[in-house]
Amino acid sequence: MSLIQIVGELLKGLGVSVEIFFLTLVFSLPLGLVVALGRMSKNKGINTLTKIYISIMRGTPLMLQLFVVYYGPYYLFHMKLSPTYRNSAVYIGFIINYAAYFAEIYRSGIQSMPVGQYEAAEILGYSRSQCFLRIILPQVIKRILPSITNEVITLVKDTSLAFSISVMEMFTKAKALSSSQTSMTPLIVAGIFYYVFNFVVAIAMERVEKSMDYYK
Amino acid sequence: MKLLELKNVKKSFGEMEVLRDISLSVEDGEIVSIIGPSGSGKSTLLRCATLLETMDAGELHYEDLTVCSNNENGKAVYAGKETLKKVKSVYGLVFQQFNLFPHWTVLQNVIDAAIHVQKLPKEEARQRGMELLGKMGLEDRANAYPFQLSGGQQQRVAIARALALNPKVLFFDEPTSALDPELTGEVLKVIRSLKDLHIAMVIVTHEMAFARDISDKVIFMADGVIVEEGNPKQIFNSQNERMQSFLGRYKDIL
Repeated sequence: MSLIQIVGELLKGLGVSVEIFFLTLVFSLPLGLVVALGRMSKNKGINTLTKIYISIMRGTPLMLQLFVVYYGPYYLFHMKLSPTYRNSAVYIGFIINYAAYFAEIYRSGIQSMPVGQYEAAEILGYSRSQCFLRIILPQVIKRILPSITNEVITLVKDTSLAFSISVMEMFTKAKALSSSQTSMTPLIVAGIFYYVFNFVVAIAMERVEKSMDYYK
Repeated sequence: MKLLELKNVKKSFGEMEVLRDISLSVEDGEIVSIIGPSGSGKSTLLRCATLLETMDAGELHYEDLTVCSNNENGKAVYAGKETLKKVKSVYGLVFQQFNLFPHWTVLQNVIDAAIHVQKLPKEEARQRGMELLGKMGLEDRANAYPFQLSGGQQQRVAIARALALNPKVLFFDEPTSALDPELTGEVLKVIRSLKDLHIAMVIVTHEMAFARDISDKVIFMADGVIVEEGNPKQIFNSQNERMQSFLGRYKDIL
């Protein structure tokens, strides 16, 4: 198998990796905010529930969580799910896992806001939701961007965990090719692709950070 | 009718009794200074009057709106949401630390609440905002961000922001305490210039000369009570021992 063929195969896998990456971000970033608000809620029930959720998501391996999401419906409830559920399981697993991490990042940002910002908003008559959406959240996003970048870069590499439930993303392909060809090449090429992927992500995130540099 | 009336206000933080039975009233257009040593409860009183703190007992009225009154057990009970919302448009507050919104330009800081809270048309709010910035001597900084301004300029923006909502009474919580003497001068000058707007002002300050010159009424607080109140002449020539020991430190500048 030529290098070109290997690259071609891996690029197909990369497409799946990118899909997992974007879908995870698109859903876990907003979900994380909701979870963060629940985590800071004065309602004891909601508060405890989100606390437990975050604790489990952060305290157990993502690979194990993927297994639970994929096999759980069958083992626990004897539900027969179509083979395409494999991909959905990966999305669900990643989204609920990353939402927990993002929630804690949001929380750290929200709690770092000076109380004077809330008080000024209150005096000016803003409603609670106006205050949060217009005044607090934009500043929080600027504050937490470096931590978000960290998570996003980790996510690029974590997509390879989809290998554990045999989703045909890049790492799964690389591993299969490496075995069948008894060659290191697919793994090295995959490594380069992950690196370039992250390089692009880092540049993109730097741009976003820069775009918020207009105020301090 | 009194613009603002506080009656028998009590407030404790845990074991600490910060306000012990304070009553005061403010008339339309009246300028009231509150002076006194640190920890005497001046700021807490302002924060109770502006609903940033809730009082334990006592009454609070703005015009004909009762914000808070005692129940039969002598505990403060606050009015419903509607009343509290209404009353918020009566007063404004200028903070010691300015508390501008850093992600907005100077102009946006001044007009945003007029647009999104009072629902003023954008163009009207903008015009009024620029007018106010002119009055503050800041029309050329309308598009700057707060971090690009000096402390004095930031405080003047904060004053314009408060005025943009047309309050009937404006509270100042040590508006110059975070500023050096030069910047203090420029902010005090601006506050003096507000006299001809004929809105009431309640100013907590350590600037004695300023309080003496600008006020219709001066209130001297110590240890959570009003020790003396009266016109500036009476207060600054008071024979009260507590008052004299406090003013002694300012004798040179008065």
